[in-house]
Amino acid sequence: MIKIIVCMKQVPGTNKVALDPVTGNMKRDGTRGKLNPFDLFAVEEALQLREKFGGHVTVLSMGPLQAESSLKEALYMGADEAYLVSDRALGGSDVLATSKALSEAVKAIGMPDLILCGKQTTDGDTAQVGPEMAEMLGIPHVSNATAFADGGEGAMLVTTTLERSECTYSIKLPFLASVEKDMNMPRLPSYKRMKALSEYEVNVLSLADLQDKDPQHYGTNGSATSVERVFAPEHDKERSFFRGTAREAAEALSGLLAKEKII
Amino acid sequence: MKHITETDRSQFYAIVGEQRALFGNEISEDYSHDELEGVHCMPEGLIKVRTAEEVSAVLAYCNERRIPVVTRGSGTGLVGAAVAVTGGIILDMTAMNRIKSLDETNMTVTVEPGVLLMELAAFADEHGFLYPPDPGEKTATIGGNISTNAGGMRAVKYGVTRDYVMSLTCVLADGSIETFGAATVKNSSGYSLKDLIIGSEGTLCVIVEATLRLVPKPAATVSVLAGFDTFANAVAAVPKIICSGTGPTAVEFLTRRAISLTEEYLGRLFPKFPGEAALLLTYDGSSERDVMERIEQSAEICIGENAIDCYIVDTEERSGAVWKARGAFLEAIKASAGQLDECDVVVPRANIEAFVAKLMPISEESGLRIEYFGHAGDGNLHVYLCRDGVEQEKWDKGLASGFDAMYEYAKELGGMVSGEHGIGFVKRHALKSRIGEKQISLMAGIKHVFDPNGILNPGKVCTETE
Repeated sequence: MIKIIVCMKQVPGTNKVALDPVTGNMKRDGTRGKLNPFDLFAVEEALQLREKFGGHVTVLSMGPLQAESSLKEALYMGADEAYLVSDRALGGSDVLATSKALSEAVKAIGMPDLILCGKQTTDGDTAQVGPEMAEMLGIPHVSNATAFADGGEGAMLVTTTLERSECTYSIKLPFLASVEKDMNMPRLPSYKRMKALSEYEVNVLSLADLQDKDPQHYGTNGSATSVERVFAPEHDKERSFFRGTAREAAEALSGLLAKEKII
Repeated sequence: MKHITETDRSQFYAIVGEQRALFGNEISEDYSHDELEGVHCMPEGLIKVRTAEEVSAVLAYCNERRIPVVTRGSGTGLVGAAVAVTGGIILDMTAMNRIKSLDETNMTVTVEPGVLLMELAAFADEHGFLYPPDPGEKTATIGGNISTNAGGMRAVKYGVTRDYVMSLTCVLADGSIETFGAATVKNSSGYSLKDLIIGSEGTLCVIVEATLRLVPKPAATVSVLAGFDTFANAVAAVPKIICSGTGPTAVEFLTRRAISLTEEYLGRLFPKFPGEAALLLTYDGSSERDVMERIEQSAEICIGENAIDCYIVDTEERSGAVWKARGAFLEAIKASAGQLDECDVVVPRANIEAFVAKLMPISEESGLRIEYFGHAGDGNLHVYLCRDGVEQEKWDKGLASGFDAMYEYAKELGGMVSGEHGIGFVKRHALKSRIGEKQISLMAGIKHVFDPNGILNPGKVCTETE
């Protein structure tokens, strides 16, 4: 039996969110939120581990109440329970303050055997919340996980895949793992579960429910960083056609690459 | 028919230049077959045209010299239509690939025939429109789509390519250039020659420009995947869905077999679902709420018809996982078979189950493995006979008996030879057997009016090779 908490985030529903060039804010109008695509792999892995070892899967998120819909997506996929940390005091949290709030929420729910996170989010892209949570909770953590297996005696074998190497670690439970994209094929939300859970209410935690209730540790106050400016990078795309015989085209291409100092 | 001489070569060089007129060994082997590779024949010449005027000059010359002309787009056809079975030249249209204009008020787009389906779809999307025809082969050219009256997955709601072609500018066999149809919503002005050209597979003229109808882009598109114990249960739900008024955009059926082959081919799993068969239903509409309401209605219908469960495909990632696999079925089956031949019969949609029930006995009798998938919503099946390394004689015999049995049974069920791939070279006999001599001779008569010297794609659809 394994108790798992999967951390997740609601992100804009489309992968093509435009930025307001003046304010730098994301134009969210008309775009529904969805579950961060990277987190889908963490949910799927948790469900597969539950199928293998038995247990309980809890999903946890932080954000405004609208984020409940993304937690429900995970319930329709098969998760057992959902928690949302939502409080005005958490607004404007950076990576540090978010990790703080989520780690406190884990304590409030009860320390599981395993915490799974997606590799990163599609909107923030920092990939730091998982490891920072683990540090705050005082448990080991591993990133880029691509496979989990029984390690015996309260441990698991976790395989991580990096660009040039693959490692398998034996890690004592409890620990936190950020999972790699495409490590599995996330299942789809079930319509039957959606109907069955139509009355389900997500457990909402506020600052008052956390062990550390000091508002200075959360939101803008608890953030070590602040965003100065957000802008969309410029994309320069030029297309060149090389006509003529294969030799002429190859020479022209090689000439251009040399001119651009690429070769 | 005449063969190409040195004089002809000089003439072609004079029209398009030496770079774009290739002969003999200069021509890539790719031009000897289409996607299915069942028919192999090298053309004598390959002319890569860039303008309507070049097409006109080439045709005028070939007409005078009686040189066969086969018009070819991306070569993604499946019936040998773009193979030069009587020699002559192939007219490669892929360089005529400009999107010439967009009329946002009349919601039309004017394109050259070499524009790829995926390019047109992306262009329409960028401008807030949808080009509804959605054949699985996205790298096909629009010219090819028009020439086969291609259908695709959205045919249930939106119809087929023909429904979106408003006018066609074509080069006739004598080199003259004519525009057929008009960018009007209605047209009751004599015979619709435009509609004769659509689906004529290059036998009547050469399309050099098309004005196509667009529709406003739907605000939301969501699919639902319904898993069933058996194929029969899955297909039995289709008429109920179609008659429910929920208005699906696509109703595809998927078999566990086709999915397993695709998982192996793509090296990527398909999202889990219970059962041996699934229906994949798509809905689009003006708001997410409207679409989700219809998704729920259709899920209820499926569950009422014994679906084990239904699954919501509502994000880019989920849609990608499901539709990418659906789009790779043909390639996956092809990879598993080494060589295959296909049948894309269309039957009244209530008869799909009856047709599929016959496939197992046909497979046993022909000694060839059969795989299939298709468009449940419009009765169009894609059935593949797989070679699996059997020797030539057994393959030829199996194909002949298998196809005969399938076309015969489709006929009994009130179906037609091809739903969307066309007749080309390989299905001429099946067509003749289905519609009879009288209708074939009417078709041949029409061809003769357009192409009195028979230079355009000879030996295809309704004419025999000499």
